[in-house]
Amino acid sequence: MSFALGKTKMPEQSPAVRNKNFSEVALGYSDDDAILEARRCLQCKTAPCRKGCPVEVDIPAFINQIKQGDIESSNLIIKSTNALPAVCGRVCPQEEQCEKYCVLAKKGEAVGIGRLERFVADYARAHGEVLNAVEFAADAQRVAAIGSGPASLTVAGELAKRGYKVTVFEALHLPGGVLMYGIPEFRLPKDIVQAEIANLRKLGVEIVVNSVIGQTFTVDELLDEEGFHAVFIGTGAGLPHFMGMEGENLNGVYSANEFLTRCNLMKAYQFPEYKTPIHVGNHVAVIGGGNVAMDAARTALRLGAQKVYIVYRRSEEEMPARREEVHHAKEEGVGLRLLTSPVSITGNTKGWVTGLKTLCMKLGEPDSSGRRRPVEIPGAEAELAVDTVIIAIGQGPNPLLQATTPGLAVDKRGNIAAETGKTSRTGVFAGGDIVTGAATVILAMGAGKKAATAIDAYLKQSKTAQACSG
Amino acid sequence: MYRILVKQEMAPEVKLFEIEAPQIAKKAQAGQFVILRIDEQGERIPLTIADYSREKGTVTIIFQEVGASTRKLGMLEERDCLLDFAGPLGKPTHVDKKGVVVCIGGGIGIAPVYPIARAMKEAGNQVISIIGARSKGILIYEKEMAAVSDKLYITTDDGSKGQQGFVTDPLKALIQSGIDIKEVIAIGPVVMMRSVAEVTRPYGIYTVVSLNPIMIDGTGMCGGCRVSVANENKFACVDGPEFDAHQVDFAGLMIRQQMYKDKEQGGCQCHSH
Repeated sequence: MSFALGKTKMPEQSPAVRNKNFSEVALGYSDDDAILEARRCLQCKTAPCRKGCPVEVDIPAFINQIKQGDIESSNLIIKSTNALPAVCGRVCPQEEQCEKYCVLAKKGEAVGIGRLERFVADYARAHGEVLNAVEFAADAQRVAAIGSGPASLTVAGELAKRGYKVTVFEALHLPGGVLMYGIPEFRLPKDIVQAEIANLRKLGVEIVVNSVIGQTFTVDELLDEEGFHAVFIGTGAGLPHFMGMEGENLNGVYSANEFLTRCNLMKAYQFPEYKTPIHVGNHVAVIGGGNVAMDAARTALRLGAQKVYIVYRRSEEEMPARREEVHHAKEEGVGLRLLTSPVSITGNTKGWVTGLKTLCMKLGEPDSSGRRRPVEIPGAEAELAVDTVIIAIGQGPNPLLQATTPGLAVDKRGNIAAETGKTSRTGVFAGGDIVTGAATVILAMGAGKKAATAIDAYLKQSKTAQACSG
Repeated sequence: MYRILVKQEMAPEVKLFEIEAPQIAKKAQAGQFVILRIDEQGERIPLTIADYSREKGTVTIIFQEVGASTRKLGMLEERDCLLDFAGPLGKPTHVDKKGVVVCIGGGIGIAPVYPIARAMKEAGNQVISIIGARSKGILIYEKEMAAVSDKLYITTDDGSKGQQGFVTDPLKALIQSGIDIKEVIAIGPVVMMRSVAEVTRPYGIYTVVSLNPIMIDGTGMCGGCRVSVANENKFACVDGPEFDAHQVDFAGLMIRQQMYKDKEQGGCQCHSH
């Protein structure tokens, strides 16, 4: 039996069409595509792919069920360890995780594990997946999860399955966190996010929006007055970093967070039907080389910008964004201004952006991240004429919870210190970007899983202790 | 859903809502704000809290109809519901016993000054208030302000009520009379707050203003509300909304408030005051 060296292609919208709409770029496998791809899997007994998955999905088993044509069973296998497969199938960097370890990758392309996961999740959703609500014991212990991004949603799903009553608190008006405000519709449709969250609700998870923990309730109030036995903090990396350069407060300068939130969460791309406006301009510079920068650049194109540049101080090789995202952005017409470091933003007398002053760089010796450090080429200044600048150089931790929760230890960057999910406060756990700094959806989910195990152990122990003393 | 229990027309295009929101009412303090959304398509509208009742579980907001969204808000009636209502947001006013405190409200800005004046009075301060509007018909909260102030000055641009002129006129007179003013709190249009800051600056009187830049989430996530204070960027939603008036870059703030002027026909520019 011989195997195709390449992955079964997934159909996608052509670049010239998709860069003008917000519909999903990748269109997903058909049943035949999925079975064809599933047949490429060697069903290795050692399953090396699994060790690359932060939530340890039983990959060979779910692929085997696709091969048999039993997609419902395949879905149950995935769902037993991953509460958000339709999301993960779309936004996980599989090439650095499961697919990296696939035996086929040694000679050709890995099995399209992400594409198959997406296929199964989409199939299950389209065919009316049946979920049984958890029956909670009368004395079920209650857990509050703060934030409703991937870490908290994973904690909620894991703990609900173990019989705990979980309430997820979200500050914004819709749950999903970065899946709603950050990742664009064309990579992750919002109705899919809401469908995954609806599944958690069906399990018995309660979701409360418009609740800013630290303001509406404090962590101590949740524990002392609101009847929660444990609290999980999964508030993510939501605080946008600026560069501190001249001109950053001009009109037409956005943090990527603001630009993407206006478009994704507030649906500014449907203005004026949706009432939140957005300014895109004709020429846009996006500063940064990560996935968020790619998302912002591709969003700007779709909003009608004539020319969009990614301005990055190192070379394409060092870009932290997924190859696939960079490839998609280039295909759609995003221009890369590499080895270009922003110096200041220029403006007109009315306070609007007119340009981005930059310095040309060359690569020097590797720095602490192992990437070659960009070094200034003296005198090599340039100015890019743009009317919008989007700053996508990263996000830090929002300090609100740390500031309102006495005794909660943080590290020097302001992230919550939480080894194996436990914080310095008894009964308070944390995981995801608020602990590690900005990372990926699946790493946050992996952290959520670990924290759920820690919370389960803690609650069992405190229940036993209570029974003994009572 | 958050029900509108009371609706009052305070002045033409200025409306008061008492909203059922027990959890926010329980935590609200003078100086803080809420963010509301009317419906699925709605913007997130920040509004400074004008009053709250812990007993009734209500939060009062007062808003001026200045754009499509606030006009739509003004069309809601008692018993109607808001889709979203989140808060209390921002840091509360720093209230303690200081001595003589001057509370200044201009236009719709009188609404958020009221709970601050009341809290200052309750803390044992001598509260001198100055409220101003373009004319008598649009002056709000006169009785309420009188009730919590030891002395109340009223100014109107056209002289239809109180003394003709601006809120800075009685302020200048007070300073010149030699009263030992410990703090001035001013809320209103940016030009008014800037004028107050310029009046008190030469005397070194500590002056606080409440800023209302454009924002989305109100929790520190978008950075849209950044404003330069003492040459350092601050987020009005979480670091404020109140700042030392003598350190605020008012010119920069005014420019940033113009950002969506061309889009107002469809959406709106929403100002809390």
